[in-house]
Amino acid sequence: MQIKVEVNGEARVDEVEPRLLLVHYIRERLALTGTHWGCDTSNCGACTVLLDGQPVKSCTVLAVRADGHAVTTIEAIENPDGTPSALQEGFRQKHGLQCGFCTPGMILTGTALLRDNAHPSEHEIREGISGNLCRCTGYENIVKAIQWAAEHAEEAAAK
Amino acid sequence: MQVPASFEYVVATSVDDAIAKLSADDDARVIAGGHSLLPMMKLRLASPGTLIDLSHLESELRYIRADGPGIRIGALATHRDVIESPLLAQRARVLPDAEHVIADPLVRNLGTVGGSVAHADSAEDLAAALLTLDALVGIKGPNGAREVPLNEFYLGPYTTVLEPGELVTEIHLPRGASRGAYLKVERRAGDWAAAALGVSFDLDSAALKDVRIGLCAVGSTSLRAPKAEALLEGKTPDAALLKQAGETAAAEAEPIGDGRGSEAYKRNLIRILLPRAIQRALAAGSSNGSTIHAN
Repeated sequence: MQIKVEVNGEARVDEVEPRLLLVHYIRERLALTGTHWGCDTSNCGACTVLLDGQPVKSCTVLAVRADGHAVTTIEAIENPDGTPSALQEGFRQKHGLQCGFCTPGMILTGTALLRDNAHPSEHEIREGISGNLCRCTGYENIVKAIQWAAEHAEEAAAK
Repeated sequence: MQVPASFEYVVATSVDDAIAKLSADDDARVIAGGHSLLPMMKLRLASPGTLIDLSHLESELRYIRADGPGIRIGALATHRDVIESPLLAQRARVLPDAEHVIADPLVRNLGTVGGSVAHADSAEDLAAALLTLDALVGIKGPNGAREVPLNEFYLGPYTTVLEPGELVTEIHLPRGASRGAYLKVERRAGDWAAAALGVSFDLDSAALKDVRIGLCAVGSTSLRAPKAEALLEGKTPDAALLKQAGETAAAEAEPIGDGRGSEAYKRNLIRILLPRAIQRALAAGSSNGSTIHAN
């Protein structure tokens, strides 16, 4: 069936099989491979994208479900001038990634978290990313990266 | 790679349209958030010929509103909606408390109350929490609407009283409760419970009133603990009474041993969790769900 999806601000019209999962639509049809495909069972969160601004696990969403909706992937998280967003910079500053597989999902979840709650407590951050698993177990620095972004968001926005 | 078997996909344009489509096709299933059905379809445990997408019915089915002394929750209210509802925080505290320990925030963004209830997983936390508020399940079908008490709605794991063509449209709480809490022991973040329980009650000065206990993952469906409830009813709890209530509830549970723990372990969890849940509900200002990691 035909779907119309706004992906990273760009209107897309595609013919898809109803059983096509959103993660495969994004990776294979749109070649946006920053969205990772991990556990396939809605546990790990590597496939996180924003659906109408809310983080969801795209391995457990049908592409047809996104018809008429807006999808944002890691490719569209940087600042409009191409510099890293405050959260991306936070991951760099605080060594928030090791192998990097969970990072796009962490950054999308973290971006939505900071948008809804500009100054989250450590508990709120840890609950917020509890659906995104880091097999390197680098959670300490991921939490610090999100805290760094919360602290530096205003100066980053002023740049 | 896990991919569902092929199916026809149709969008319901109204509740009546969904019922008509569901009634016309024996092999059709409805899908809302999809976070229970899609994983089963990917494992080929479910292979419906047609999926009827309810996600366009939000104007009809996504709400949480007061109705006299009671509360009505539309089937398409998401888990996140329950967490963020000021009404439920005030009058049905056990629900947001439970929601904080259901799956994870991303799943809660899409998963729905109606879908969770209709899926009838015996380890579903929301059902145990709803049992403490005497919840009724609102159902619509080709023969009209009906309400069924939640404890009569479940026939067993993944099995409900829904007839062909019928749809869960609402959860109706006939009354609220001023106090509530939910506690869960899980092996890792976002897992199903090894055991969990919810409590709701009101206070008559210091005495517990209308005590309800909902047990999760210690039976083929969520269970009440009527003997423990009777023990607590009308009493001002002290340590000895809470200990006795915990032991009574543990005896009422019907757990089986599995990968999440032995029967004895799960009974012990219920014994420990009940006093803690009552204390948590009594403590003013408790606002966040609580998970205890088993390992």
